[in-house]
Amino acid sequence: MTDKNWPLYEVFLRPRNGLSHKHVGSLHATDDEMALQNARDVYTRRGEALSIWVVPSKAIVSSEPSEREMLFDPSMPERKPYRHPTFYDIPDEVGHM
Amino acid sequence: MANAPSSPHYRYLLRLADNALVLGHRLTEWSSRTPTLEEDIALSNIALDLMGQARLLYSHAFTIGGDGRDEDHLAFLRDTHEFLNVQLVELPNGDFAASMARQLCYSAFAVPLWEALARSKDSELAGIAGKAGKECAYHLRHSSEWVIRLGDGTAESHRRMQGAIDEIWMFTGEMFEADDTDCAMIAAGIATDASKLLPIWSKTVDDTLAEATLKRPADGWMISGGRQGTHSEHLGHMLAQMQFLQRAYPGAIW
Repeated sequence: MTDKNWPLYEVFLRPRNGLSHKHVGSLHATDDEMALQNARDVYTRRGEALSIWVVPSKAIVSSEPSEREMLFDPSMPERKPYRHPTFYDIPDEVGHM
Repeated sequence: MANAPSSPHYRYLLRLADNALVLGHRLTEWSSRTPTLEEDIALSNIALDLMGQARLLYSHAFTIGGDGRDEDHLAFLRDTHEFLNVQLVELPNGDFAASMARQLCYSAFAVPLWEALARSKDSELAGIAGKAGKECAYHLRHSSEWVIRLGDGTAESHRRMQGAIDEIWMFTGEMFEADDTDCAMIAAGIATDASKLLPIWSKTVDDTLAEATLKRPADGWMISGGRQGTHSEHLGHMLAQMQFLQRAYPGAIW
């Protein structure tokens, strides 16, 4: 607690039943429980959530920006258009899918 | 008049409202001064909850009191001796430990109080109690978690937290008193007997102090009189600041 740099946490909220948790931001807290409280105080002031997740930021494994081309360029729509449903012609007889 | 301004019902509502308003205002004094951004928002949230409770209670008092003083008048144009809050809530913020000690002591009282008042025969009050109970349950969680962390933290935070609990202890007895106003309201089924809340309060506070490695101070002489309008020197200074605008510019709105 003497450390002025409290650990950083990422905050995820689930707005309604049936939806998944979505990242909304981050905050500092002394520990896990306080992170949950702080998330409630900072991010749910206007009824935004039915559920909160907090995750220590250091627990998140992230892709490297420098590897973006290698990782993501090959799957861009213009490279692999057939992975999108709009690539296919649908016979009129099918009607609405 | 059935409910003259001095009726027990009216006074009882003002006591509840004044507790909420005065503590709420104290917490707003922390705005922009807390140790972290997160805590700044947390304390402002609690302040706003308490202000909201005060507004509902003043409005209800206005309705049954009928002397024409609306919520704004009651908040901004009464003098110190007309405020009926317990002295606990008017104590200055002090350091963060002092504010958390004050919040814990009040919230541990407010939670069972609102729970009991949710069954009041005054249906409006019961409704307010239902809303306020949920809010105060969170205030209790928030303050007890801080007391635990500061008490069971560093040597310095432990020393300050124990000091804050020791300092505030003599202000805790007043919450559980019952005078003629309370007795009349208890008999009418409108109020709850606060003395019966003491064991619940004690357990909440004891459990928190134990987890925080703090000692419960011995019960000694307890401060009294706030609920009859006798206050510490602190309330007048607080009101001077809180009421300045309405006093200097009567009827000002924005």
